[in-house]
Amino acid sequence: MSNQPSPLAASDILDKQFLTVRSKLIDLAATFDRLDRAVADKNSASIDTNLRIVKIREAVARLLEAGPGRAEAIQLIFSLPYDE
Amino acid sequence: MNYIDPHIHIAARTTDDLALMAKMGCVVVGEPAFWMGYDRSGTSSFRDYFRQLTEWEPKRCADAGIKHYAWMGINAKEAEDVAFAKEVVAMLPEFLDRHNVLGVGEIGLHKCTVNEMATLKSLVELGLSRSELLLFHTPHLEDKYKGTRMILDMLSEDKRVDSARVCIDHCEEHTVRLVLNEGYWAGITLYPTTKATPSRAADMVEIYGPDHILVNSSADWGPSNPFAVPEFIAEMRRRGHAEAVIRKVVYDNPLKFFSQSKNFNFQPAE
Ligand SMILES: [Zn+2]
Repeated sequence: MSNQPSPLAASDILDKQFLTVRSKLIDLAATFDRLDRAVADKNSASIDTNLRIVKIREAVARLLEAGPGRAEAIQLIFSLPYDE
Repeated sequence: MNYIDPHIHIAARTTDDLALMAKMGCVVVGEPAFWMGYDRSGTSSFRDYFRQLTEWEPKRCADAGIKHYAWMGINAKEAEDVAFAKEVVAMLPEFLDRHNVLGVGEIGLHKCTVNEMATLKSLVELGLSRSELLLFHTPHLEDKYKGTRMILDMLSEDKRVDSARVCIDHCEEHTVRLVLNEGYWAGITLYPTTKATPSRAADMVEIYGPDHILVNSSADWGPSNPFAVPEFIAEMRRRGHAEAVIRKVVYDNPLKFFSQSKNFNFQPAE
């Protein structure tokens, strides 16, 4: 495998993607708020120990770690383990 | 479900869009005067634009079965040149007198400059002196919070302002509460990447209730969706909200706000 460097400079990528990233972050925040609200409004059980929430929290934490390979690492968080 | 899109730039949309909007249930649109993507070269360009909004676009909408109303104003981007803006403001009474104009809008701030504020004050003065409805554009992105606060502060200082006759548009999570607390109509714009999405608008309705919220597409010449209000309706239905609650936001509320204008003569079917 030989890599194929992106023709775009980092600043170009940031220019093009800033609003999309911003909007995805706000969407994510709104979704977390929605989950909290559903628990509070309906008096339903906490979802803190729900495996999907646990994985989402793990993925968000991984997002903030240094790269490269964040996308690959997050895919693996959401993957079944494979024992050789 | 019949709905009203209280803020859409019909001049930037195709006839096919209008036909599909009508099929989806759109019965009334409000079209505020705004920036067309480039600065106009003179006041006569504004005159032609105001004629387009009060003569030609109502006809195109009527052909599709949609009742069109316009708002007259000068947008914040072109309000920066105060002397030029003054000439445009002087032209407005003639158009505000037209039978299909709801009030002064969309007016507001863009970069929140001193010049923008000077023009805005003259537009608010014009509106209040004529007892017009007022429709405010709030800035995009990082300027929104500051600009919204500036507009609210300016309005709170004027005793003539009746909050029921004012809509503060393009509200998002960080501004909607401020607007509702002061008793204004809060417009939420459904956009693909900036402003709000149908889901986030539904969240705000769940958090604050449907009483003073309007949702709109603000569809124009940029990335936007003229069918955004039906998407909001679909999102509310997917969540299991009652039809009456949905109808309040997309129909009853804009009807109530618009009905305060002497020129709003739309007769609901039934
Ligand atoms: Zn607009």
